[in-house]
Amino acid sequence: MDSRRSSRAVIDPKVRQVGFFTSAPLPPDRTQSDPPDPIRSPPLADASSPGNSLSPVMIPPPRHPSDSLLRLPHSPSDAFPPPSPTTTTTSLGDFSDDVTAASSPPPAAARVRGRGSSVKQQGAASSFPGGGFEVPPSVKAPSSVPASGLTTVSVVKLPPGISENAGGSVSVEVQSDRALNSKPLKEKTSKAERRAIQEAQRAAKAAAKAEGIKTPAVTALANAKSAKSTKPSPQRNDSAVVVAASEKKGGDRSVEKDRKKDVPHPRMQYDDKSRVQKLKKRSVVKPTEARNRVELFRHLPQYEHGTQLPVLQSKFFQLDTLHPAVYKVGLQYLSGDICGGNARCIAMLQAFQEAIRDYSTPPAKTLSRDLTAKISSYVSFLIDCRPLSVSMGNAIRFLKSQIAKIPISLSESEAKATLHSDIERFINEKIILADRVIVKHAVTKIRDGDVLLTYGSSSAVEMILQHAHELGKQFRVVIVDSRPKHEGKLLLRRLVRKGLSCTYTHINAISYIMHEVTRVFLGASSVLSNGTVYSRVGTACVAMVAYGFHIPVLVCCEAYKFHERVQLDSICSNELGDPDSISKVPGREDINHLDGWDKSENLQLLNLIYDATPSDYVSLIITDYGMIPPTSVPVIVREYGRGQLWIYEECDPLASPGRCSDAVFFVDGLIFYPSQHLVLSFWFPDRPPSGLNNDLLERSDNFVTVAENGNFTNFEL
Amino acid sequence: MDFQVVVLAGGTSKKLVPLVSKEVPKALLPVANRPVLSYVLEQLELSNIKDLIVVVEGADAALCVGGWISAAYVDRLHVEVATVPEDVGTAGALRAIAHHLTAKDVLVVSGDLVSDVPPGAVTAAHRRHDAVVTAMICSVPVSGLSEAGSSGAKDKTKKPGRYNIIGMDPTKQFLLHIATGAELEKDTRIRKSILRAVGQMDIRADLMDAHMYAFNRSVLQEVLDQKDKFQSLKQDVLPYLVRSQLKSEILINGAPQGQQAKENGNDKVSYRILANASTPSFHELYALGPNGSAPVRRTHKCCVYIASNSKYCVRLNSIQAFMDINRDVIGEANHLSGYNFSAQNNIIHPSAELGSKTTVGPHCMLGEGSQMGDKCSVKRSVIGRHCRIGSNVKVVNSVVMNHVTIGDGCSIQGSVICSNAQLQERVALKDCQVLSLSTSVFLSLSSNEYL
Repeated sequence: MDSRRSSRAVIDPKVRQVGFFTSAPLPPDRTQSDPPDPIRSPPLADASSPGNSLSPVMIPPPRHPSDSLLRLPHSPSDAFPPPSPTTTTTSLGDFSDDVTAASSPPPAAARVRGRGSSVKQQGAASSFPGGGFEVPPSVKAPSSVPASGLTTVSVVKLPPGISENAGGSVSVEVQSDRALNSKPLKEKTSKAERRAIQEAQRAAKAAAKAEGIKTPAVTALANAKSAKSTKPSPQRNDSAVVVAASEKKGGDRSVEKDRKKDVPHPRMQYDDKSRVQKLKKRSVVKPTEARNRVELFRHLPQYEHGTQLPVLQSKFFQLDTLHPAVYKVGLQYLSGDICGGNARCIAMLQAFQEAIRDYSTPPAKTLSRDLTAKISSYVSFLIDCRPLSVSMGNAIRFLKSQIAKIPISLSESEAKATLHSDIERFINEKIILADRVIVKHAVTKIRDGDVLLTYGSSSAVEMILQHAHELGKQFRVVIVDSRPKHEGKLLLRRLVRKGLSCTYTHINAISYIMHEVTRVFLGASSVLSNGTVYSRVGTACVAMVAYGFHIPVLVCCEAYKFHERVQLDSICSNELGDPDSISKVPGREDINHLDGWDKSENLQLLNLIYDATPSDYVSLIITDYGMIPPTSVPVIVREYGRGQLWIYEECDPLASPGRCSDAVFFVDGLIFYPSQHLVLSFWFPDRPPSGLNNDLLERSDNFVTVAENGNFTNFEL
Repeated sequence: MDFQVVVLAGGTSKKLVPLVSKEVPKALLPVANRPVLSYVLEQLELSNIKDLIVVVEGADAALCVGGWISAAYVDRLHVEVATVPEDVGTAGALRAIAHHLTAKDVLVVSGDLVSDVPPGAVTAAHRRHDAVVTAMICSVPVSGLSEAGSSGAKDKTKKPGRYNIIGMDPTKQFLLHIATGAELEKDTRIRKSILRAVGQMDIRADLMDAHMYAFNRSVLQEVLDQKDKFQSLKQDVLPYLVRSQLKSEILINGAPQGQQAKENGNDKVSYRILANASTPSFHELYALGPNGSAPVRRTHKCCVYIASNSKYCVRLNSIQAFMDINRDVIGEANHLSGYNFSAQNNIIHPSAELGSKTTVGPHCMLGEGSQMGDKCSVKRSVIGRHCRIGSNVKVVNSVVMNHVTIGDGCSIQGSVICSNAQLQERVALKDCQVLSLSTSVFLSLSSNEYL
């Protein structure tokens, strides 16, 4: 490991030139020393911070705008020509050229490019302000309509805000709104003033740092808030120096706080009575808890399913502050109309899109803060309806960070347009394009004569099967299903309609049917960083049987569903479904022996929704970053899990080698274009890298990273 | 929530003719000494609905209703009253105010509905399925039932009437067939295409349309525009929408689904993911082409919300219903009346005066300022304000409105006595309606006569 490190250290400068570095774990001293000493030697830097966290993995990490600003000018222009209109051919490139040409000197241009298409959207929006969103006509029109035939006989004289609150609705939003209302009132200083104070504090801190930490008290401002800055906490000082980072972190922190206020902790222990009480007070749905709960799973929320829907329905008009689209999605979660990780995530994001479209910042509030609170209240409502999936959690985190990133100077319509396109981009790139890439990868694993087994209904697996069928591959599909949801039936129906040859069986027959199977394709709700696959209950069983028969298990999962959590079993975090659905068999009155089971004290039903498949049983995880072994999941989580967006472009480097002249190829299929920033595409590992034009690679002076079991080695070409 | 609420308060209904008059339109008929419209308005207010449009037939009635609402609900609700000519029907009434409707959906409630079903339940079911129309249906009221077993109730050999024939899918979410009015007498005809698409249909005759509908606004307006013959929501518009649900002729310009899918590739994929994740309703399956390609047939959804049996839900659309509702509101459904019941399970206004040996039984109500003589007995009845009742009077299962004078020794069973009526001594009334305006009654009357 040590030798590898040193070897990496040798090529370190080059890496940095193309913008390969991690932003978050950067030790402060590096950044500090950077501007005055750009061509500093990496061993020295390493020595100054031994054990620093620069990761040994050389996958393109997320870049920070300020970082690229600092570093790009130093890149040798022969290896990586600075972006110019002639070299950029992608549509994105075209666009950022416009921006460059319009206003900025090269460093600023790099920054603009770093922010990629969000800038594009802003620009577009600013060119025709308010064009993207038409403000819907006010709903309260009747009062203002020329009263032809309408006579107002009774008027509520209270101002609308008060009357809404007085409606007696017990909603979280109202409370939180009030809280927010009161806050800005307290500190009535203008934005500019506050800003000035902050700047002053920051400057003071920086000065203190320069003088040394010996005399922190001296730097204390005469300001009332100076108490905080006098605390000689090294962490704070660090963050004060890395201005950009501290700003970003600060934003995140406030977001975090907001979320903590509104949303129950994802792994809240529901057997803790006082906490459950507290939660219930805030909850909109007011669920009644199920009485007979299995001992081992008491920490999970379980409610009587029959009661939730009517309560939520009857609250329809009370939930004034909820956007109708969000309400509808919540209702669909609760009633089970929408299930499946991708679908739930898309539905939620589209509802948020609508909510943002109809959103208008109330007076005396800033968009980013108020909207974050609003989204938080929506999220807590959705949690009331059904616990969030990991995919939704990641999507929400992304959305909130995008909101936090919106500069205050942006007008409301522009900000809304930006967010709208951000969400659109998330759906397109993290889900749809990711699925497409997964399909491309996975299809290579299907050969003629294969018998593929799948369990339940996974959208990714379905696309794979359909695409393979369209390619004309000859294979057979075994769909394994289970009670009570029978999701496989829907998949079966669609596949049979497409003309695939299918076998349908229940999970009871898994050990029999596994004899004839050659590959197992599974979907996942989430992949955790120890490689555990968190998926529909029954998946673990299928994977284990396949493992026993030495049949490869391929899990198809988009990278946005990855999570850094580590989970060893399916007990500590899971979701409980409606126990009635396993006790009752629809359409079979004659075998409903368990009628009225909940009156019996000594019977507990357990309807788990998910289970955890240990990574031992998983041969391969097919994700949008390529096909990786389960041990490599932490790498993906670390390198890509920071909520940034990548723009994938499906380009075949062999088809258009000219465009790949400055690309970095990774053996796991990733292509990175340093000069175009953020533009990634894929090539296909089954075609050997030697298929690439060798002199092309030499000319472009790039290097290839080889991934093996999560340990990455770099070598220069 | 992007909903507008329209209350159809009607005018002077023909069915209720002895009870209603120019001064007392249907909406103001007293139920437990409160106008029946107040039950709807309060139920809506309870659901946090503050903006209402009340549509009244006839200018006189509109004046009365408007006057009452402005007196009773000032500062509580924002109510606008629209006047439409008489006999335009419910569809006509909505046509007349169509230009005031702007929200995405419209909730239409009949003003004579006495119910504790939260209107949000209907609207939520509507939104959940992106339906074109959602109707609330409830079980048919059992009229004349009274557990006390008083003679008046027993004599009535009324079986629950058939109001509607309703066909639903097995999940009881979608409305597949509805027969109303004259169609009830004919043979039931069901569309084969619908039956084939659904596979199974539950046909119920013990349910009735409660006249609370959630409509998609644009669809409603389109239907009202195109079909100008349509008179009634219940008999024309709703059956039309239900009939045509698998070969929709309406353009849903909100474009819930379908149209979006064609926009571009990515939207199509996300639409497909969403569609695959949910269990498709028979509409979607039917709309799909034979090989599961893009939707080829246009459909729309008609949903139902079935009020649970524990909820009270009756329409005041006949004299019998009027009696039943009065009895129920002070009886088994007394949470609706909004009064506090005494320990004896009745309400006697503190200003009412009772003679000696006068008993007021449970499930009774005695209005403000009423006087009763000695040895009277009141059972399961409502007596209005400022009535003067002599001694030795028996009132059973009856409704006595305001300012009624009843002479000594009268016996009133199962009757309605309207405001300002005067009954002379020793009059026996059974199953009668006595009109107001200083009518003096000398005779004994029985069974379904009115003066």
